[in-house]
Amino acid sequence: MSFIQIENISKKFDGVTVVDNISQDINQGELFAILGGSGSGKTTLLRMLAGFERPSSGRILLNGKDMTDLPPYQRPVNMMFQSYAVFPHMSVAKNVGYGLVKENIKKPEIDHRVEEILALVQLSSFSNRKPNQLSGGQLQRVALARALIKKPKVLLLDEPLAALDKKLREQTQFELMNIQHELGITFILVTHDQEEAMTLASRIAVMNEGKFIQTGTPTEIYEYPSNRFVADFVGSINLFEGIVATNDSNATQVKTDALGLLAASPDARVNVGETLWVAIRPEKISLSKKTISSTDINSVKGAVWDLGYYGNHCVYRIKTDNGTYLQVTTQNQSRATGLDINWKDEVHLSWDPACCMVLRE
Amino acid sequence: MGSGLLYGVKRVSTPKVPTSERLWQLFVIYLPYLWLLLFFLVPFLIIFKISFSDPVIGQPPFTPLFDSSESSFIHVTLDNYRFLFEDNLYWLSYLKSAKIAAISTFWCLLIGYPMAYGIARAKPVQRNILLMLVILPFWTSFLLRVYAWMGMLSTHGLINTALLASGLIEQPLKMLYSDTAVYLGIIYSYLPFMILPLYASLERLDNSMREAASDLGASPYRVFTDVTLPLSLPGVIAGCLLVFIPAMGEYVIPALLGGLDSLMIGRQLFNEFYSNRDWPVATAVATILLIILLVPIMLLQRYQIAQEDGP
Repeated sequence: MSFIQIENISKKFDGVTVVDNISQDINQGELFAILGGSGSGKTTLLRMLAGFERPSSGRILLNGKDMTDLPPYQRPVNMMFQSYAVFPHMSVAKNVGYGLVKENIKKPEIDHRVEEILALVQLSSFSNRKPNQLSGGQLQRVALARALIKKPKVLLLDEPLAALDKKLREQTQFELMNIQHELGITFILVTHDQEEAMTLASRIAVMNEGKFIQTGTPTEIYEYPSNRFVADFVGSINLFEGIVATNDSNATQVKTDALGLLAASPDARVNVGETLWVAIRPEKISLSKKTISSTDINSVKGAVWDLGYYGNHCVYRIKTDNGTYLQVTTQNQSRATGLDINWKDEVHLSWDPACCMVLRE
Repeated sequence: MGSGLLYGVKRVSTPKVPTSERLWQLFVIYLPYLWLLLFFLVPFLIIFKISFSDPVIGQPPFTPLFDSSESSFIHVTLDNYRFLFEDNLYWLSYLKSAKIAAISTFWCLLIGYPMAYGIARAKPVQRNILLMLVILPFWTSFLLRVYAWMGMLSTHGLINTALLASGLIEQPLKMLYSDTAVYLGIIYSYLPFMILPLYASLERLDNSMREAASDLGASPYRVFTDVTLPLSLPGVIAGCLLVFIPAMGEYVIPALLGGLDSLMIGRQLFNEFYSNRDWPVATAVATILLIILLVPIMLLQRYQIAQEDGP
């Protein structure tokens, strides 16, 4: 029996289905991410886990106990809000200790536990400050400490890093992972940011229109998306529509309008004659001014149409002779003031069929 | 707020702002101050001045402040204030006004808070309709609405007629010209002044604050006492002041709905000015009233400053 069992949960608002019959098991100690765009229903699902919304149908079980009808203040679940919702009229220590006061725990123990948890989130010297004297990152840690102090069985996080700037986000995501590891609490987080989901989570569920489209580890989601939506939503990808020409144990070959015959890693599930998409991630394509491929397959010629320099990597948009665009990213491994491949350069593109996949809608 | 506005101007008008634009900015900023100076501070100083003179029969009915014929040149007397302190009538009136204003404020808060809370949590479309209903009475004259209450409360009024017809009572109740009628009138008239600031502060309150408290184990009652109420306190204070201050000096409602013995200070003021034609005493009454009202306003400001500065 799994730690958390979500059983056929649905939620309708005024007849509109927001969460559509989701079932999912989540294990104890797992860091589970729900990844979806706005309006995908991910926040509603999280709010049902917290108890702020009542499901229209279905059950939520925690450790085998049905908690579907428990109000939020009786659930062994705590939430970290996207806005942090730190009480502005209370000091940091009062905020963090609030949950324990509601449990009628004696003051010396509360003080002790507040001290302990503030040390964990590195806010010990801030206990007497008011929230308006704190930075965004500090507020985030107050919210985290406040949710963790009750030692919940599950911690729910609503876009935990969205309000932080990039540097702080990277630092905080490692802190979050360390804290999760140290305390062994099950984390369920909701995010629209695939990077946040990929770096934090041990498992990701990609959500769209109220349904889980695919559930898997970050590498499974990224390298083996189950369909076109997931491939497109997580990371960047080049997609070409085509008809399956041949399919055997060596390769699946697809005839595309854009780039002719393309070879992808073999997929036993597809049939010859079927219309589907060939997908290739931008970083899997090699880019060169000289011809590097010996075969004609998965090799095209084009010119640099657009170029984005990101410091550590470059993003190229290549226009082939027949007007098809491809996105390619390259690592900037050498240190030079000019780029090897620049605007308007003629380039050769090629990629390994093993890196190429076929996807259905 | 004044300093904040000035600070804004300093930032806007750094190096190259044409003189005409600068003048325009200064004009816009100081116009309200000019208005207050001309129509608030100057009249008050005139009132203040009169309160130190002696009453005379004539036009104007008080002695001038500067009198070259007398030896002292400046003619100032504290007799009016001394008179107010010595005569119970005034003290009782101040106390009675304060009591009526305080109790009315309390009732307005008790009735207004749930209403404001309900409006703030209603769906946007309903919210506008409900707010409209709160504001709608202002479209009718205040005096007319008080007269309407007279019609309802009088011996042969709406309420008595209905009660008699239903057989609940045999004799008409005496409701008009009593303290109860004054309370009813004040609470009815000033309720919107309580609801609107309360609504403003409750509407701003981030719902996730309430949810966070609930998530951390607070029952709905505790969510209210720990989060909703403390965070709406600025609205509570603003609403209470907006009701208390005008209710304290209220004249029309006690004059129309109250009994002859309803000794509210607004009526005393009226009597001194118009019946006794004793302007110096009347202005002294007004000055003391202003000082009494300044106390709650200053307390509010201290509270606000404390809130902004933190611990």
